Amino acid sequence: MSYLDLIQILDSTIRLATPLLFACLAGLFSERAGVFDIGLEGKILISAFFSAAIAALTGSVWLGLLAGIAASVVFSAIHGLASITFRGDQLISGVAINFLAAGMTVLIAQDWFAQGGRTPALSGEARFASIDLPFAEALSGIPLLGPLYAEAISGHTILVYAGLLTVPLTWYVLFRTRFGLRLRAVGENPGAVDTAGVSVVRLRYAAVLICGVLCGFAGSYLATGLAASFTQNMSAGRGYIALAALIFAKWRPWYALGACLLFGLLQAVSNRYSSLDLGIVEIPNAFVLALPYILTVVILAGFVGRAVPPRAGGTPYVKER
Amino acid sequence: MTIMRPLLGAAAATALATGAALADPGLIIDLGGKFDRSFNESAYNGAQRWAEETGGDYMETELSSEAQREQNMRRMADRGADPIVTMGFANASTLEQIASDYPDTTFVIIDAVVEQPNVQSIMFDEHTGSYLVGIMAAMASETGTVSFVGGMDVPLIRRFACGYAEGAKSVNPDIEVIANMTGTTPAAWNDPVKGGELTRSQISQGSDVVYAAAGGTGVGVLQAAADEEILAIGVDSNQNYMHPGTMLTSMVKRVDNAVYDTFVAGTEGTIEPGLQTKGLADEGVGVAIDEHNEDLVTKEMMAAVEEAREGIIAGDIEVHDYYEDDSCPALSF
Repeated sequence: MSYLDLIQILDSTIRLATPLLFACLAGLFSERAGVFDIGLEGKILISAFFSAAIAALTGSVWLGLLAGIAASVVFSAIHGLASITFRGDQLISGVAINFLAAGMTVLIAQDWFAQGGRTPALSGEARFASIDLPFAEALSGIPLLGPLYAEAISGHTILVYAGLLTVPLTWYVLFRTRFGLRLRAVGENPGAVDTAGVSVVRLRYAAVLICGVLCGFAGSYLATGLAASFTQNMSAGRGYIALAALIFAKWRPWYALGACLLFGLLQAVSNRYSSLDLGIVEIPNAFVLALPYILTVVILAGFVGRAVPPRAGGTPYVKER
Repeated sequence: MTIMRPLLGAAAATALATGAALADPGLIIDLGGKFDRSFNESAYNGAQRWAEETGGDYMETELSSEAQREQNMRRMADRGADPIVTMGFANASTLEQIASDYPDTTFVIIDAVVEQPNVQSIMFDEHTGSYLVGIMAAMASETGTVSFVGGMDVPLIRRFACGYAEGAKSVNPDIEVIANMTGTTPAAWNDPVKGGELTRSQISQGSDVVYAAAGGTGVGVLQAAADEEILAIGVDSNQNYMHPGTMLTSMVKRVDNAVYDTFVAGTEGTIEPGLQTKGLADEGVGVAIDEHNEDLVTKEMMAAVEEAREGIIAGDIEVHDYYEDDSCPALSF
């Protein structure tokens, strides 16, 4: 493998990691506030559909992005209503959202476009174009770092950079603001937060809605950045891989970036090599693709450090009377 | 179209003789979806053409999961459709089991062979058609590297890939052919995001012509090729119109004609069980040249393709068939 190959794999890694990163950070907000969210997959899917559909109808990718975020936020609100207000089971609500999204997207797509559950192909202004970072051309001549900057880091769509910026933003909000402190507290010990006179319900809703916005970005990137239309079930399990990444990252923003990049790298490698020849052993493609899940199980089993979820995660908060 | 005319004539004569149609034909669209712009859409177009030309009705269902195959086939037979066309090799084992339960219904399976007294099997010579587009790819390539994106990793798709690689190597023995499969489950027919990513990966390895034989996944492959401004080759349906300017050609597999002929023969009661093979000679497979790609296709390419086509029909050129020995001399997977 040459240096150029490596750069191209990194380039692919960044593209593939971005939807995972958005979804992973979305799950981070929700779960840090004590609301488990297995419905990331469904929210990505509904957002992918609405961003592609609205972008196709209006010709503007930005309106598409807004529509995708709005749709995802609506689904988040449903999840919030079921699991916060009505104190239902968060896993069941999440699963329901996944099913709802899988069926609804195809149904509406068929009704609107009559193309068998797809949206028309997007082009021009209806897609996110790749942007070149400043000096990419000029710096590409520098040995080693130049090509890395010009090929792998520059030349992605704006959502990729937005995703990378969301990581420090998430860290800042969660660990350096009063809102973040309370949000984390509500996931560990909601009773204490309530005693301090802060509304648990409002905080959890805020977290769930932020989760919706971030899932909206993930879906929109999938349909209008990576691909150029919505197709049936196009999220293809990315919501679940993001959940795995979240556990792998032990619910921390910077670790989440690392986990998503690692999982993206595994996908990129498996796309490029049909089997990995390590000299002594040959690793089949399917194993590389399954590695994210295997790694997550290893982490969960406590072999490599321990992943401790937020203590109040999964339990609805009931005020004592 | 040339073989159509005598067939149509024969069908019309029988129609006069027997009077009215016997029953409505049925079509079961496979996973990948009716509008995959490829295999299934081609079948749908054939059925639509039949409906428009004859004014007849036909029944149609679309599979949404692997588990529905048997249920859909049985329901269609129970509702009295005849003949029933099923799309794709994945139906073979199911059809093998249920065909004997409906001895009065004729089933037609495309892309697989089912040996039952009431089943007609239609096979296409994908390897020879792919050989022709392989020639064009190798002649159009400037980098000396061409590539292939397959859908699900099954012998049928390897047959495409193998013919393509052989065709490319017949022009330039040193050409490098990169082949990737999207996956090992039926979901691989419908994953354009991964198709696009595979294509980008191939482009970064030097490929400047990509051939997609991947159903709905191919939409992502052709899109990525258009975005990165390299040439792409479509499959099954004529996909040249999708991205004029970067579509070198399409390897058309006239599934539409097969469905049309079946419907005509079936409704007149002249359908014959057994195996039918459609190849280059009867234009069952071929390359698509139209107004969208004529600027990209040079005279030399046309001449080379025509020469190879005649050579294959005459038996002078032997294209390796992956089905024969499950291996491919020109390509390792």
